[in-house]
Amino acid sequence: MDLSAINPILLVASIMVSATPILLAALGEMVVEKSGVLNLGVEGMMITGAVVGFVVAVASGLPVLGFVAGALAAAVLSLSFGVLTQYLLSNQVATGLGLTMVGLGLSALIGKPYEGVKAPTLPKLDLGPLSDLPVVGRMLFSHDVMVYLSLLLVVAVWAFLKFTRAGLILRAVGESHDSAHALGYKVVRVRMAAIFFGGACAGLGGAYLSLVRVPQWTEGLTAGAGWIALAIVVFASWRAGRVLVGAYLFGGITVLQLNLQAAGAQVPVALLSMSPYLITILVLVLISARGVHGAPASLGRSFHASH
Amino acid sequence: MNRRTLLASAALAMSLGGAALAQDTTKACFVYVGPIGDGGWTYQHHQGALAVQEAYGDKVEIAWQESVPEGADAERVLTQMALSGCNIIFTTSFGYMDATNAVAAKFPDIKFEHATGYKREHPNVATYDARFYEGRAVLGHIAGKMTKSNKIGYIASFPIPEVIQGINSYYLHAKKVNPDVELVVTWAYTWFDPSKEADAARAMIDQGVDVIAAHTDSTAPLGEAAKENGAVIGFGQASDMAAFKPSPRVASIIDNWAPYYVKRVGAVMDGTWEQGASWAGMPEGEVVIGEITEAVPADVKAEAEAMIAAITAGEYHPFTGPINKADGSAWLAEGEVADDGTLAGMNFYVEGITAEIPN
Repeated sequence: MDLSAINPILLVASIMVSATPILLAALGEMVVEKSGVLNLGVEGMMITGAVVGFVVAVASGLPVLGFVAGALAAAVLSLSFGVLTQYLLSNQVATGLGLTMVGLGLSALIGKPYEGVKAPTLPKLDLGPLSDLPVVGRMLFSHDVMVYLSLLLVVAVWAFLKFTRAGLILRAVGESHDSAHALGYKVVRVRMAAIFFGGACAGLGGAYLSLVRVPQWTEGLTAGAGWIALAIVVFASWRAGRVLVGAYLFGGITVLQLNLQAAGAQVPVALLSMSPYLITILVLVLISARGVHGAPASLGRSFHASH
Repeated sequence: MNRRTLLASAALAMSLGGAALAQDTTKACFVYVGPIGDGGWTYQHHQGALAVQEAYGDKVEIAWQESVPEGADAERVLTQMALSGCNIIFTTSFGYMDATNAVAAKFPDIKFEHATGYKREHPNVATYDARFYEGRAVLGHIAGKMTKSNKIGYIASFPIPEVIQGINSYYLHAKKVNPDVELVVTWAYTWFDPSKEADAARAMIDQGVDVIAAHTDSTAPLGEAAKENGAVIGFGQASDMAAFKPSPRVASIIDNWAPYYVKRVGAVMDGTWEQGASWAGMPEGEVVIGEITEAVPADVKAEAEAMIAAITAGEYHPFTGPINKADGSAWLAEGEVADDGTLAGMNFYVEGITAEIPN
């Protein structure tokens, strides 16, 4: 075993890149769930974002355009979920699962001609003197723009939910849609907006996978990342800061165990891979033992003005 | 369609299947562990299926199902296929082993062919495999010659004999041409997960590995290697992965299932199908080395080609003694060649690999 082979600077850099897709998706899903909607279609939206982002980036040669298109495509797809659950009052769990299946199938169809094609990838951002700093320069200041955007988004979502009136309304809708309705807020409209935002974030995460993380398209590219994002939201007990911690923890454990293996350490791989989920369960137990649920009270319940 | 009509139509399909048999149409079915678009393992099996269609035209009908999880779900899918009139079913991943035998017991008239396994519990179950280690030997030779850091990597999937043969063969032949070479093995515990495969490649590159072979199915490790601007090379796995030519993909190991599939479906058609355990390799054309690109120096390329010729002609066996096991005990004496039984159950590393095989 030679642990000195692991370079902590490169390890942190690699964790940040590895965690960005699930961070984006989880952040979006957290906002959706804060508004009282449970959208289990994250995987489907992510992979749609991945394939559309890839196709557009290849066609235009502009990765940035790919990200925009991926986000838009996933957001539009999520609107179909919104219409079904918010206007036609379909079951959110079933519709969300359906959305995942639609996304997987649709992406396979769209992506067929693009297998084996190489995409233009996002260049590393040149932060001038910051990137040249010893240690932190390579660790923190030599990433592509999406890594920083995802971190900014965490701060923005946190500030939005905590300090703005619109954030308060969104939370009110998620806690008690009847009260929010009685106060004159448009429950369905707020939720549609949240769903749209969640879709866009999942699409960005997917596009990050296909354009930066694994810069290529293969069918089934996301391989369960969307489900991990859902677990992170629960782990984070619906708080933006903890979503960041969760995403880096989930992404970090994978990277860490592979690095430990490459260094020749005898680690129980199965145990390490399991640990984020064990921690999630532990967090859930702690939350319920404390008697304070982090979950929005109206989560997963349909709303209709006549009820 | 409710369950009852589903069953009824399945029964109908079965009787139609019987009728179809009388009309000389044979139905060959394939179960895939990943999507056809993986560009690797499953893609190659599907090419084999298409070759069957090509060879027999109207006389054969092919059907397949992609991304079937290994485990309980596989049994359900296999039963459904058996009910839908398949005459021969190819299950194309190691993890389908028990499901294949369980379903075969219930349908004695249907032939089952299981890839890379060793259980043949019923007379209608055959197994087939390819001697991938023959190809790995060639890749190992190239890796040993090409590495500058003397650290070569192997992204392994699951600790099963097929993978361990590959690791040993790759290492032995790298070591033969470069005594200082060190092998780094990482277990991904998956056949197909592009981001995890990329993460594994990244972890090894960060630790100074500059030649990466993969035993997982996607092109992601090559994608990760490509980010290093030529400093890191790798190999196409299962399929040619030509998009990454000339570098980082400097060569590839290709599984060519077509000859076997055509032969076995043909045997079902003329009634000569028999249980067997096929293990073909380079001589039969089942394991092929794809184009060695110009990124490899001409002398190394010539040596690799000489090795391919020797293995194909049956003159050279990649596991020829003297070889010791990792624990230092003797395995093969000078000039001794490994027997198939030991290879098929291989559960040890050869001397020089310092890691341990996980349980």
